[in-house]
Amino acid sequence: MFNFIKDNLILNDPMILGANISIVLTVIGIVVVLTYFKKWKWLWTEWITSVDHKRIGIMYIIAALLMLFRGGVDALLMRAQLTVPNNTFLSAQHYNEIFTTHGTIMILFMAMPFLLGLMNVVVPLQIGARDVAFPFLNNLSFWSFFFGAILFNVSFVFGGSPDAGWTNYAPLAIEGSPGPGINYYLLGLQVSGIGTLLTGINFIVTIIKMRAPGMTLLRIPMFTWTTLITSFIIVFAFPILTVTLGLMTFDRLFETHFFTLTNGGNPMLWSNFFWLWGHPEVYIVVLPAFGIFSEVIATFARKTLFGYKSMIISLVVISGLSFLVWVHHFFTMGGSAALNNVFSITTMAIAIPTGIKIFNWLGTLYKGRIQFTAAMMWALAFIPTFIIGGVTGVMLGMAAADFQYHNNYFLVAHFHYTLIAGVVFACFAGFVYWYPKMFGHKMNERLGKLAFWFFAIGFNVCFLPQFLLGFAGMPRRVYTYLPEDGWTALNVVSTVGAVGMGIGFVILVYNVNYSMRNAKRETTGDAWNGRTLEWATTTAVPPHYNFAVLPEIKEIDAFWHIKQQNKGTKKENMEYKPIHMPSNASTPFIMSVLFFVGGFGLVFELWWMAIISGIGILACMILRSLRSHKEDEGYYVSVDEIKKLEQKFQKEA
Amino acid sequence: MFSIYFMLAILIIVFALFAFMLTKYRDRKNFNNKNYKPDMHGSTKLEIIWTIIPILIVTALSIPNAKALYELKEPPKSTIDKEPIVIYATAADWKWIFSYPKENIETVNYVNVPEDHPILFKVTAADSMVSFWVPQLGGQIYGMPGMVNDQYLQADEPGEYKGMNSNFTGAGMAHQLFSFVALEEASYQDWVKKTQENAPKLVEETYEKLMLPETVDEMTFSSTHLEFVDHGNDSEYAMNIREKYGVEVKGIKVKVDGNEDNENEETVSNNGSHSNH
Amino acid sequence: MSNINNSASTNTPLEYQSETGKLNIFGFWIFLGAEVSLFATLFAAYFALKNGTVGGPLPNEVFDLNNTIVMTLILLTSSFTSGLAINEMRRNNVKSMIIWLIITLLFGLGFLYMEVAEFVHLVNEGAALGTNAFWSSFYLLTGTHGLHVSLGIGWIILIIMQVLKRGLTPDTAKKVFVSSLYWHFLDFVWIFVFTGVYLLGMVG
Repeated sequence: MFNFIKDNLILNDPMILGANISIVLTVIGIVVVLTYFKKWKWLWTEWITSVDHKRIGIMYIIAALLMLFRGGVDALLMRAQLTVPNNTFLSAQHYNEIFTTHGTIMILFMAMPFLLGLMNVVVPLQIGARDVAFPFLNNLSFWSFFFGAILFNVSFVFGGSPDAGWTNYAPLAIEGSPGPGINYYLLGLQVSGIGTLLTGINFIVTIIKMRAPGMTLLRIPMFTWTTLITSFIIVFAFPILTVTLGLMTFDRLFETHFFTLTNGGNPMLWSNFFWLWGHPEVYIVVLPAFGIFSEVIATFARKTLFGYKSMIISLVVISGLSFLVWVHHFFTMGGSAALNNVFSITTMAIAIPTGIKIFNWLGTLYKGRIQFTAAMMWALAFIPTFIIGGVTGVMLGMAAADFQYHNNYFLVAHFHYTLIAGVVFACFAGFVYWYPKMFGHKMNERLGKLAFWFFAIGFNVCFLPQFLLGFAGMPRRVYTYLPEDGWTALNVVSTVGAVGMGIGFVILVYNVNYSMRNAKRETTGDAWNGRTLEWATTTAVPPHYNFAVLPEIKEIDAFWHIKQQNKGTKKENMEYKPIHMPSNASTPFIMSVLFFVGGFGLVFELWWMAIISGIGILACMILRSLRSHKEDEGYYVSVDEIKKLEQKFQKEA
Repeated sequence: MFSIYFMLAILIIVFALFAFMLTKYRDRKNFNNKNYKPDMHGSTKLEIIWTIIPILIVTALSIPNAKALYELKEPPKSTIDKEPIVIYATAADWKWIFSYPKENIETVNYVNVPEDHPILFKVTAADSMVSFWVPQLGGQIYGMPGMVNDQYLQADEPGEYKGMNSNFTGAGMAHQLFSFVALEEASYQDWVKKTQENAPKLVEETYEKLMLPETVDEMTFSSTHLEFVDHGNDSEYAMNIREKYGVEVKGIKVKVDGNEDNENEETVSNNGSHSNH
Repeated sequence: MSNINNSASTNTPLEYQSETGKLNIFGFWIFLGAEVSLFATLFAAYFALKNGTVGGPLPNEVFDLNNTIVMTLILLTSSFTSGLAINEMRRNNVKSMIIWLIITLLFGLGFLYMEVAEFVHLVNEGAALGTNAFWSSFYLLTGTHGLHVSLGIGWIILIIMQVLKRGLTPDTAKKVFVSSLYWHFLDFVWIFVFTGVYLLGMVG
C-alpha cells in the first residue's frame, strides 16, 4: 500500500506540491477551528444532516464559489501559459490536465450547483411551500454532488487529473490515456450525476404538487417556471450521461468494446452520446439563468415581466429543441451533407425562441422605472453580451461555415460568451439579489458594482479578441504556439482581460466578508420591494417553516399586488395551526461517503474497496426502506412556538 | 460573409434598443411618471412580429448554407476540368503521413502539391480522432481509424501554408503540424520525379516506428504504407504495433519515468500487458 | 401547507390516502421517465454496435430462442401476478396479497436463473463481455435489465417484511404500489429486449 501511495502522490511539480500542502493545512485549520469553538455538533445538526431547502441551497452555493475559485485559477494558469509563444510555464501534460479540469469544474461543479443552490433556496418560497417534496432526497442530492466533486478534485494531487478535455473523446480517453486520470472523470461525474437526477425529480413534484392555494401554474414566478422546465430536461438527459459514462467505465475497467478501436467498438458513438447529453446540459444551466434574469429585471424595472405566456412557450420550445441539435458539435466528423443540413436547421431554429426572450426582456424595461442596483447591472449586462454569444452561435450553426470555425478560438469565444454572460452573470445576479433572503443583510452596493465592472469589462477584453484568434487559425486546446503564427498580441490582450476577471471575483468574495461585518441587518423579508412570494416572509431570513400562514394567490406577481392593495393595513390575528416539518437525515451523508470510497476504489481498480462500499450503499438503502416510516414522521412546530417566533419578528419590524 | 452581415444587423438593432431603454427609462429625479406603465403585460402583435422575422432570417440563412454543404462535397468549380490528385492524409500521434498512391510517394509532416489544382485528400487516422485543417485554404475534416473522409483543397497561388490538427489528441497535439506547400506545376512534377528516383523505399519497420506516440521530423519515401495497411479499413493496426513495442495501450499504474524534459512525448512504459478474455 | 385532498372518500385507494403517498407515487412516475431514457440509451448503443461481431459468434448461432421464450412468459406472468397482488390489496386481503407477491418473486427468481444460465452458455460458446462490441452491448443491456430485476426482488422482499410487521397502512400500501409500478416497467422493457435483441438477432 505504501508503494501505491508513493506512486500516485504527485510531488514533483512545485505548483501541485504547493497545492497539496495548502490543502492539508486548510483541512487541519478547519478541524482546529471547529474543535476550538466546539462546533462539531452544530455543524452536524444544523448543516450536514439538515433537510431544510434553504440550508441545502446555501451549501450548494458555498461549494460552487469554492469551485469557481479553482476553475478560475485553472483559467489564469492557462492564460499565463498562452500569453507568449513557446512558453515553458506549464508542460503540455500539465496544461492538458488544467484545461480538462477547468471545463469540467466550471460546468458541472460550479454552474450546476450554483443554480441548483439558488433553486433550492428560492423555489419553495416562491410557491409558498414549506420545503421540497422529498427533503431526504434533497439532502442526498447535495452530498452525492459534493463527494462526486471531491473525488474529481482529488485527482490532481493523487494519481493525475483527467487530461482528455471535458468532452473526453474516445479513442484518446481510452487507448490514449493509461493511468487513473480518466477514471476520476468517469466516476466523479457519475456519483455527482446521481444527485442531479434526484433534484430534477424533486423539483418537478414540488412545483406540480405543492403550490399555495390559488397559485395556478400560470401564476407561478418565471424562475419557478424555468426550474420546472429545467427539471424535465434533467430527468431525460442525465440518464444518457449515466449510461455513457458507464459504458466507457466498462471499456476502461472491464475491457468491453463500446468505444474502443478494436473488436468492433466505435469511438464516434461516444461523441454522439456525450453530446446527446451535453447539449441539453448547457440548456440545463442557461434556462434557470434566464429565469433569474426575468426576476431581477422585473423587480428593478419595477414592472411586470413582459410577455409571461410567450416566455413560457419559448422555454418549452427551447427545451424540446435542445434534444434535437447535438450533431452540431461535430459537423466536421464526416456526416453527409443532408445530415449536417438537418442539424444546421434545428440549431439555428433554437435562436428563434431565445430571441423572443431577449425582446421580452427589452419589453420589460420599456416604460419601466429602472434602478441600477448591483444585481440589476449583472442582469442588464447580460443582454448585449449574451447576444454576441448567440449570434456567433448561429454562425457556427451554419454547418458550411462551421468547417472554418470549429475547434478553434472562435468556438471558445462563442461558448464563453453564452456561458459566462448567460450563466455566470446570472449566478452573480441571483447571488446578490437573494443574498438578503439567505443571510439577512444585503451585500455592499459599491463593492458589488466595482466587482461587476472589473469582471464584465475584463470578460470582454479577454474573450472578444478570441473571435479574431479563431479567424487567424488558432486551434483550441493547444498548450503553446509559435512566434511566427502572429497570435501573440491578441493572446496578451486576452490575458489582461482574464486578470480583470480575477480581480472582480476577489472583490466579490471580499464583499461577502465585508458585508458580513458591516452591512445593516434587514428588518423585513422584503429587501428590494419585491414582486414574488419569497419576499413575503415575516423575517429577512425566513423561519425554518417558511410561512406561518399563506396568503391567497390571485395573480402573477402575487406579493406585489397584495402590497398595492394592502397599503397600511396591519396584520390581523392570524389563525395558526401546528406545522409539520421533516426531520434531519444522516443516511445520505454516509451513503455519499461510501460513494466516494467506492468511486475511489474503482478509479484505482481496488476491487475490494469498491465491493465493500457497494455493500455499504445497499445497506444504507435497505435501512432507509425499513425505517422510512419512522424517519419521515418529522416533528410538529406547535402553535405557541409559531406565535412566539412570528411575534418576535413583528416586534423587530 | 452573408451571415456576418445579418448577425451584425441583429447586434446593432438589439444594442440600439437596449441603449434606448436604459437611457429613457432609468429612474431619476425628474422621471416623468407618464412614462411608467408598471402593469403592462405584453403585446401579442409584437410577439408575432419578433417571431416571424427571426424565422425569416433563419430560413434566409439556411438556403446558402444548404447549397454550400452540398458544393463542399464536390471538387472546386474553378478547376472542374482538372483531374484531382488523390492524397491520403493519415494522422498518427503526433505526425501527419501523406501517401500519393498514383505517384507511389509518401511524405511525413509536409505535403507538396501543384498550385491551382484540386487535391482530393482522403483523411484517416491510425490512432486518435484528428481534424485535418489548413485554415488559409479551407475547412477542416475529422480523420478517424477505420473511416475515410474526403476533403477537397486547392491552393490558387503558390506558397507555403500552415497545416495542423485541430482536434485534441493529447500531449503532442500542439506540435502535430505540417507544411502544405503549393509549387508551380513544373516544380511539382520535378519534385515527384526526383522523389521517385532518389527517396528510399518505405520499409515496414520504419512505418511501425511511426505508429509510436512521438513527434518526428519531415521524411520522404518512394513507396507508400498502403501496401502494409489501409487505416481506413483497419482500426486496430496502430494499437497492435504499440503493444508489440511495449507501449502501454491501456493500464492503470503508469510510472512517469522522469520524462519532464521531453514534454511532447507520451509516457512510455513497458508493462503493457493487455490481458485478453 | 400543500394541496390537501379534502375528499378522503372511501373510494380513494389506500396508497393515495396520505400526502407522502401521493407525492411518492407521482415522483416515481417521473423516475420511470428517467429510466426510459436510461434504457433508450442502452438500446441505442446496442443498435449502433450491432454489426461489431468480429471475433465472436453471431447471435443466431448461439441464441436459444426456446429458453428466451420461456423467460419471457415467466416475466409476463410475474407481471400479471403482481397485478393480482394489487387487486388483493384493494380488497384489503393482506394474506392473499402477500401470497401473490411471493409468487411474483418466485417467477422473478426463475427468470434470473434462466438468464444467468444463458449467460454461462454464451460464454462457453465464446461470446463473453469483452469479446466484441456486439456482445459488450448485449451484456450491458440485458445485464442492466437483470440487475434491475434483482434489485426489485430484494426491494419487494423488504416490503413484504414491512407489511407482515406493520400491516397494510397508507405507508405500506404506497410501497407495495410503487414497487408494482417498477415491476410492470421492467416487464415493459423486457418486451423491447425480447423483440429487439433476440427476435431481430435470430433473423439478422
